[in-house]
Amino acid sequence: MFSGDQIASLLRGLGITHVVTVPDSTIGQWEPAIERSGVRLVRVCREGEAWALAAGLYLGGAQPLVMIQCTGLFESGDALRNVLHDWKLPIPSVIGYRSYLNQDTLPGDTCLEFTEPILKTWKIDYRLITEQVQLDVMERHLRSCRAAGKPGAVLIAEGKA
Amino acid sequence: MKPHQPRIPLREALAALRDARGDDDVVVAAMGAAREWMTLSSHPLDWIFVPSSMGQATSLGLGLALARPDRRIIVLNGDGSMLMNLGSLVTITSQRPRNLVVIVLDNGVYEVTGAQPTPGSPAGRTGGDGVDFLGFARASGFDSAVRFTDLAAWRNELANLLVRAGPTLVTLDVAPVPGARGPRSPGPAPERARAFMEALEKVE
Repeated sequence: MFSGDQIASLLRGLGITHVVTVPDSTIGQWEPAIERSGVRLVRVCREGEAWALAAGLYLGGAQPLVMIQCTGLFESGDALRNVLHDWKLPIPSVIGYRSYLNQDTLPGDTCLEFTEPILKTWKIDYRLITEQVQLDVMERHLRSCRAAGKPGAVLIAEGKA
Repeated sequence: MKPHQPRIPLREALAALRDARGDDDVVVAAMGAAREWMTLSSHPLDWIFVPSSMGQATSLGLGLALARPDRRIIVLNGDGSMLMNLGSLVTITSQRPRNLVVIVLDNGVYEVTGAQPTPGSPAGRTGGDGVDFLGFARASGFDSAVRFTDLAAWRNELANLLVRAGPTLVTLDVAPVPGARGPRSPGPAPERARAFMEALEKVE
């Protein structure tokens, strides 16, 4: 939906210093552009690590963002809970929404059933991004969450597993 | 695989670290280590990771190390916590922070829940063997990985270890603390986070 350069430019504009990530087939395509942009990419082995690593970066004065697939959101619930709610660190995130646009690869993918309810359960203010023209929605939402000192997420509709 | 022979008293091991720690060093302490560390130190750069998400102290320490390469970051982690996030060893070496020291306090049990054996300890394994944290560390790419089985050696080597270019992983064979429970939060977490960030900003 978006090019790596579009995302990298957005992140730079937001002042993001580090992207902590586990890739999927959509968000992983953005990695080269993000690295070229000067935003430091930190690859983790599982998504639970991402929230705690981002917390450490934030405590040290950096401006990290977590970029994972929704399956990683499911995996990383306790780490997210601790960082965002116990410690109230306003770590933003970009989350890939598997199968939202196309279920050809995984018919009946239960990611569609659980992703948004889980974001609501974890009390994460998010915006669903389904079209290219919504790039500015992403930027406005992440910027407003930062201004409010709260974590926010953008959920990127994906078309394949 | 090496047999697990806990010998070092946890409190004495941590007291030695308190005495050797530099004033600008950050100490991240979780679970049982946090419980003991709180009674030994009240430094503004102590990050008492209570409440925590179990296993995440190494990841949080790595984030601090990357954000503040000018400061040494010392992570106090239990063996159960380390087992819960072994992949973080690989993440650490992928970034090669020279300023990160991970200390695994290996007592073979989940101490704060009543001392049940971990699946890495001889008592928790069908074969009665124990896993080798140094082996994990070296296979993950740690150039510096050291195990201590007695307090005197730990005291003697500690100062040198802390100034070594990291990332460094140390395992200490420590004795479980009988009847010990989980750490009690020393205060509201968000306020402590703000105070820690302010203290870190003040460090020159």
